[in-house]
Amino acid sequence: MIRLDKVYKKYGDQNVLDGISLEINTGSVTTVIGKSGGGKSVLIRHMIGLEQPDSGEIYIEEKNIVKMKATELNTMRRRFGVLFQDAALFDSLSVEDNVAFPVREHLKLSEHEIADRVEAKLSEVGMNQHKHKFPGELSGGMKKRVGLARALALDPDIVFFDEPTSGLDPITKGLIYRLIADTHKQRLSTYVLVSHDIRGVLQISDEVMMLFNGKISAKGSPEEVLNTTDPAIKQFITGSADGPIPIE
Amino acid sequence: MSQSWLRLRSQSAEVMTRWSSLSEESAPIRVLAFIGSLMFSLLRSGRDIFETVAQMLLFFAESVAWFFRPPVRFGEFSRQLDFVGAQSVMLIVLTGGFTGMVSALQGYIGMSKYGAQSMVGATVALALTRELGPVITALMVVGRVGSAMTAELGSMRNTQQIDALESMAVNSIQYLVVPRIFASTVVMPILALIFSLAGMIGAYVISTQYLGVDAGTFMSGVQYYLDPDDVSHGAVKAVVFGLITSLVACYKGYYATGGARGVGIATTRSVVLSSVLVLISDYVMTNLMFHRT
Repeated sequence: MIRLDKVYKKYGDQNVLDGISLEINTGSVTTVIGKSGGGKSVLIRHMIGLEQPDSGEIYIEEKNIVKMKATELNTMRRRFGVLFQDAALFDSLSVEDNVAFPVREHLKLSEHEIADRVEAKLSEVGMNQHKHKFPGELSGGMKKRVGLARALALDPDIVFFDEPTSGLDPITKGLIYRLIADTHKQRLSTYVLVSHDIRGVLQISDEVMMLFNGKISAKGSPEEVLNTTDPAIKQFITGSADGPIPIE
Repeated sequence: MSQSWLRLRSQSAEVMTRWSSLSEESAPIRVLAFIGSLMFSLLRSGRDIFETVAQMLLFFAESVAWFFRPPVRFGEFSRQLDFVGAQSVMLIVLTGGFTGMVSALQGYIGMSKYGAQSMVGATVALALTRELGPVITALMVVGRVGSAMTAELGSMRNTQQIDALESMAVNSIQYLVVPRIFASTVVMPILALIFSLAGMIGAYVISTQYLGVDAGTFMSGVQYYLDPDDVSHGAVKAVVFGLITSLVACYKGYYATGGARGVGIATTRSVVLSSVLVLISDYVMTNLMFHRT
């Protein structure tokens, strides 16, 4: 389980995270939705341990990562996979070397075993035929698929997705969501997504939370979210300019 | 540093605006207020410079700590040794050769006035090993390697590749920074020596084939006046320059923000700061090593 307890984070005068408390169940697909610039990426960065809150606690499997030393946090991170917003592939490495990177770092496997593992992960996302290419030669959707393969390379317990479909066309978005759903079915991993693509995430999520004004303002199953009377969620779903979410 | 200067200028402009709004009857107060505000701005700029230096020292301390921790990244070390060293050799040979040639030419012209043209070999040898070799090599490496390091690390920062490393439980300073600093520190004295050798060859060719200096006179001057200490002190300088250039380049790139523009600004500042620090540290080390009271 992932649990945040009264987490605060301020940048300048802006309370990006304003006392967030939430729980994410083990093995679930949980999505945090919210408007652009609302703090979703900041929230996920805190869960990964890339940023420290000003106050509050963050528990992964009942271990407080806020108070962990760097070595302890790194041990915890070996159980994570992360798909960043623009995939964050290493420019100097090929597709197969990108996927092999975490495997070479943390598993004592022969090169043959590493190659087999990489091929399996790339096949899962349909990118095996591009394994010798470099990130500069890939489209946005292809980079996300390679990023997903790399995130799954160590068969992690928890996978974080930061805006997994941003900048993609509708068909490629559908492909990415299908891959997320298919890979989740094969594993007992916990998937945590942050996204502003409400329609897409409702199809694959077990629980949806709304991040508004630095707090979790509402949460529920996809059906509950679709039928909600919460004005912020209704405005977010309809894309209306009228409502509690200001246009900045 | 330029950020501090811009802040000082804007604060001074603010001070001038507030000053002009005061009534003329309170002129002494206006003067006092102006002086006070300027002093405050200077103190804040000094604080910014101090903060930058302190952050850089912490960055260096963290790099040193990670140098001694496993795993040893032979692949990254090799890659950086190749990039900083092997790929710089042609540039160093070229610049060294022409530096030696022009040093010989200028030295001959100057010493001819005193009938001391036979000393051109010794003079060029001392200048190359003590100063020109380490300093010009460092400045060439700053331009070629330092800028590339800053740009690469800055791009990685802005495309979240450094975050990706950290999220995969790989310490980004150990993986990215330590090999660069280590390679630069090891390779710089070798490059400086290559520069000096190329310079001496260039100086010898110009002196004997063009300026009419006797080859035996040239070489005997070099052998008589050039000490092993001159070479070793030049090498020590080069090691320090390698450390400075790589530390500044990595620091500026690692913490670069603001997209492509931010990376560009960081790269420019890295080159300027490295160059200035090379020249300042050169003076300090020259004073310590060669000054005889």
